[in-house]
Amino acid sequence: MTGEPVWQPSASQAALKSRAQQLAFVRGFFAQRGVLEVETPVLGRCGVTDVNLDGIHAQVTAGSRTGGWLQTSPEYHMKRLLAAGCGSIYQVSRVFRDGEQGRRHNPEFSMLEWYRTGFDDVALMEELSDLVCGWLGCQRPVVIQYRDALKHWAGIDPFAATDRELMRRCEQWLEPEQLADLGRDGCLDLLMSFAVEPHLGRDRPMFITGYPASQASLARVSRSHGYETAHRFELYIDGLELCNGYWELTDPKEQRLRFEAENRQRLRFGKPEMALDEAFLAGLEQGLPECSGVALGLDRLLMLKLGVQDISEVLAFPFERA
Amino acid sequence: MASYSTNEFRGGLKVLLDGDPCIILENEFVKPGKGQAFNRVKLRNLMTNRVWERTFKSGESLEAADVIDQDMEYLYTDGEFWHFMLTDGSFEQYPADAKAVGDALKWLKEQDVYTVTLYNGSPLSVTPPNFVELEVVDTDPGMKGDTAQGGSKPATLSTGAVVNVPLFITIGEVLKVDTRSGEYVSRVKSS
Repeated sequence: MTGEPVWQPSASQAALKSRAQQLAFVRGFFAQRGVLEVETPVLGRCGVTDVNLDGIHAQVTAGSRTGGWLQTSPEYHMKRLLAAGCGSIYQVSRVFRDGEQGRRHNPEFSMLEWYRTGFDDVALMEELSDLVCGWLGCQRPVVIQYRDALKHWAGIDPFAATDRELMRRCEQWLEPEQLADLGRDGCLDLLMSFAVEPHLGRDRPMFITGYPASQASLARVSRSHGYETAHRFELYIDGLELCNGYWELTDPKEQRLRFEAENRQRLRFGKPEMALDEAFLAGLEQGLPECSGVALGLDRLLMLKLGVQDISEVLAFPFERA
Repeated sequence: MASYSTNEFRGGLKVLLDGDPCIILENEFVKPGKGQAFNRVKLRNLMTNRVWERTFKSGESLEAADVIDQDMEYLYTDGEFWHFMLTDGSFEQYPADAKAVGDALKWLKEQDVYTVTLYNGSPLSVTPPNFVELEVVDTDPGMKGDTAQGGSKPATLSTGAVVNVPLFITIGEVLKVDTRSGEYVSRVKSS
């Protein structure tokens, strides 16, 4: 069923050139601000416990170690560098997520991830806007609360609605038996994807903040209007999700509890438990400085720059040609 | 029967949905970075030809449908069934009912080869080749004169199909017709 192999790149020469310019822009941006570029392993000992992220297992034999995981993000290694006293750092790296393929997804993609010591989420959102708007030449983003976005476009209050009300609202897309084990966050993800996201960032770039605490495993949590919300933000432009950021959780005990809770959730969904990254947790014990961090999809940023709808137009060789 | 998980979905895949064989037309992967992934799938129900749009949680699977396309020669009709024969030398015959033959009826010519789609071993649909060559059995007399003017008239072909043809076409001529649009393409030079 697989077609003839295609040797040609799927991106145009112009797109490849623009990709190189984008990389130069990013490096210039951080050089000017004195943020250190780092490189951390793409191949790590541990994967992640996050129930919605499937890492790609690697068969590695080296020294006394066997096995390994292609990293879904450089987050844990970068936080260990922060704990070691590196100060503000950034990295352009390849990350891997199994099963993700489509107009906006490729199982391997380029991620720009950076951490700013001493920044809270609001300060980092400002810097992110400088970077994105500087490159795209777009208006600065407006900031919308997750709760308001769901109310406005999905017609439901994500914090006040009962599980039953949420499921009823999702019946537009899924059969009752498909909804039975989807869970509250799964329902909210469905509404976000199908009812809300297409509208986000249409007139001008848009930040969404104030996510439910259950949807941010590495962010600080605070209470607002009586609900627990995470210090998490996402940036949307033209309905495209571009990045995800946190005011980072620094409490190692809380972090361990969240990982264990995620593993229990994995078991419920029939997914294998993942070993906790003890080196990362040990780094947190040592002390992660107060910081905020954000991960931005560089391929999608390039899609916006070039005004294309399919990620294969900005990748030299998407997975089907790799 | 095998089954396919959402990450194997692609255009052309034949699956069972609500008990009916369907062909996947489009599969869109949708996933918020930190959230649950879904697949928005467009399928055509091969029984009804209706297009369905369904959402699946990534990781769900559908059973494969036993649907295959076979080249078969049209033999004859007994009034109730239209009989086709495999062209692979097996001489195996398959009766297709009116529903399976559908719109292909007006292009059926004995000894021509058609694509017959089998579901669980029985004809589900018949697809004519993109172009067929058929004889004109009835049309108004050929008009002399300005053929460049591009006028047209109806002509009835040997299968009963009626197509619009240029004014100069006469009874007994063989025409090449596009079965997808039902339009006249050209005269076929008799050798």
